[in-house]
Amino acid sequence: MFRTVALGSLALATLAAGPALAEDINIKLGVLNDRSGVYADLSGEGSVVAARMAVEDFGAADKGIKVEIVSADHQNKPDIASNIARQWYDAEGVDAILDVPTSSAALAVAEITAQAGKVFLNSGAATTDLTGAQCQPTTIHWTYDTAALANGTGKAVTEAGGKKWFFLTADYAFGHALERDTTAVVTATGGEVVGQVNVPFPATDFSSFLLQAQGSGADVIGLANAGGDTVNAIKQASEFGITQAGQQLAALLMFVTDVHALGAETAQGLSLTEAFYWDLNDKTREWSTRFEEKQGAKPTMVQAGVYSATMHYLRAVEAVGSSDSKEVVAKMKATEFDDPLFGKGHVRGDGRVIHDMYLFEVKKPADSTGEWDLYNQIATISGEDAFPADARRVRLHQEMIHRGIPALAGVPRRTH
Amino acid sequence: MFELLGIPPQVLMGQLLLGLINGSFYAVLSLGLAVIFGLLNIINFSHGAQYMMGAFVAWMLLNYFGIGYWPALVLAPLIVGATGIVLEKVALSRLYKLDHLYGLLLTFGIALIIQGLFRNYYGISGLPYQIPDALAGGRNLGFMFLPTYRGWIVVASVVVCFGTWFMIEKTRLGAYLRAATENPALVGAFGINVPRMITLTYGFGVALAAFAGVLAAPIYAVNPNMGADLIIVVFAVVVIGGMGSIMGAIVTGYGLGLIEGLTRVFYPEGSAVVIFVIMAIVLLIKPEGLFGRAA
Repeated sequence: MFRTVALGSLALATLAAGPALAEDINIKLGVLNDRSGVYADLSGEGSVVAARMAVEDFGAADKGIKVEIVSADHQNKPDIASNIARQWYDAEGVDAILDVPTSSAALAVAEITAQAGKVFLNSGAATTDLTGAQCQPTTIHWTYDTAALANGTGKAVTEAGGKKWFFLTADYAFGHALERDTTAVVTATGGEVVGQVNVPFPATDFSSFLLQAQGSGADVIGLANAGGDTVNAIKQASEFGITQAGQQLAALLMFVTDVHALGAETAQGLSLTEAFYWDLNDKTREWSTRFEEKQGAKPTMVQAGVYSATMHYLRAVEAVGSSDSKEVVAKMKATEFDDPLFGKGHVRGDGRVIHDMYLFEVKKPADSTGEWDLYNQIATISGEDAFPADARRVRLHQEMIHRGIPALAGVPRRTH
Repeated sequence: MFELLGIPPQVLMGQLLLGLINGSFYAVLSLGLAVIFGLLNIINFSHGAQYMMGAFVAWMLLNYFGIGYWPALVLAPLIVGATGIVLEKVALSRLYKLDHLYGLLLTFGIALIIQGLFRNYYGISGLPYQIPDALAGGRNLGFMFLPTYRGWIVVASVVVCFGTWFMIEKTRLGAYLRAATENPALVGAFGINVPRMITLTYGFGVALAAFAGVLAAPIYAVNPNMGADLIIVVFAVVVIGGMGSIMGAIVTGYGLGLIEGLTRVFYPEGSAVVIFVIMAIVLLIKPEGLFGRAA
């Protein structure tokens, strides 16, 4: 609240001093994510910090855009996320919701955003359904998705000889989407899936499931989970001698904070796919240093995504000169960007943001020069390869946007 | 060899063993709860946070003072137990006259505060803690690869559980404790300092939680929520065993670990709820719990 007031008054002060602008645009952004559970470190307060940095770096106050940022904890529960989103849109005048990790919660927020005619800038969730089966004209999906992860790690591991896969799948929307998309890539690359087990989310003990995977005779154990679940699974796989016995682990979604928690000793040699790493180039290093000064840890790709999505959103607001969500989304989709953190990219018709992804390998402890010096870059995956377009779907969306009305208003409501 | 519902016996043996290992944690934790409830009539909802503190204290001893696993196995329960004693002296002792509910609410609030503090300082991703060298590696049992450390967990927990049971049920000290629960005034009249005994009992129950925390540190991520995830299951274990029954807590702890292990083979999606289903059934058929004495 304090900072909100400070930002607001900063805007006012600059306005009073600077050249008189025609009219102020008031924007209220809501950062909705996990602030206390398994995904709190990879999103949480860090995402709020990132959004605030974007507002400052954009110089919103100088441009006559008054931005207020609010935040809340959705506890990874779709019902709580829905309630907060409704309250923000209906009672508190929020214009756009940011971040929202946990795919089930993100899908709920996407639908509510479409009904309310606002904007949803997702960074934290993974499911391709956000821009696929359950896509909404008001959703922009920024950082990564399950298809990109599959096209990164899944493809690389299968091509390197890991033909037979067994999945440990977190038993909710995200885990199932990741398993589905990875299966598609594995089979297309000449591999096969020999089995899977649905693991209740969140889980502490993976030994039973790892043993089932071991008994399946698979080459690769695909971990279709995230956060603390992945950390525990990898820790226990090494304890039970699974990797030593010749089976390979594929952590399909891992964040730099997870690798940091595991330690390079346990995590070394793992390959993983990310959209952002603090040590990619001078621009990412500069931004990450500033972020670390405020937050005390290096940023994850989710937090970086919140920054860049906010930036692109504010650019669109400035360009159209209003906070009208239809115009802003259309502008975001029409404008290519060259972002300091994600490089060159654009927003596809269905709301999927296209940018490069990277395949990394975790460094050996001996090669690491600091606690956050964790990755070697193996390959760059171009945006088109990482996020393959479903041509028919994209065309449909472009048509919807072209016609204008049905894109925002006419979203059919599903019955639950 | 026979097969049970399409599961080869080797796999089944492996899963049963893993169930026993998880059951070890349930047993030690529910034992601590049962001791505290049986002798103090306090429903200790901060037990999960105290388990988490045990793991964190072990991590701090190693990283701030260079003290390794074995001393931590003794020191961490002592340190966390001491915080329990302070808590009992300062707060809990004022609530004995009141309904159970007040103790429950107080300890629940304290658990949230402790978890919040640790989350604030250490984040949620967890901290690495290595398995001690003496227990690294493992052996092949034919049907599965058993990490030495997991074997150690079963041994350590069995010794602690039955040591505690023996102390409370078979020694003079235990007899005093049980008598003090029945009639504190009368036991006090025999010259025994009942309030101090109760304080130490709470400290002991908390130390058991911390001991389980140190056992868990090398195999689960040391993070502020590790106890919150476990405590609900452990409460179900205590309810099934019978509130306050020492033997009930131990036997149901191991037993439910086994049942949960089997569920993970036959119906993995249900493994997170099977214990609660059993709890509901037990409450309907035998509300005092499997080993509880009817009130």
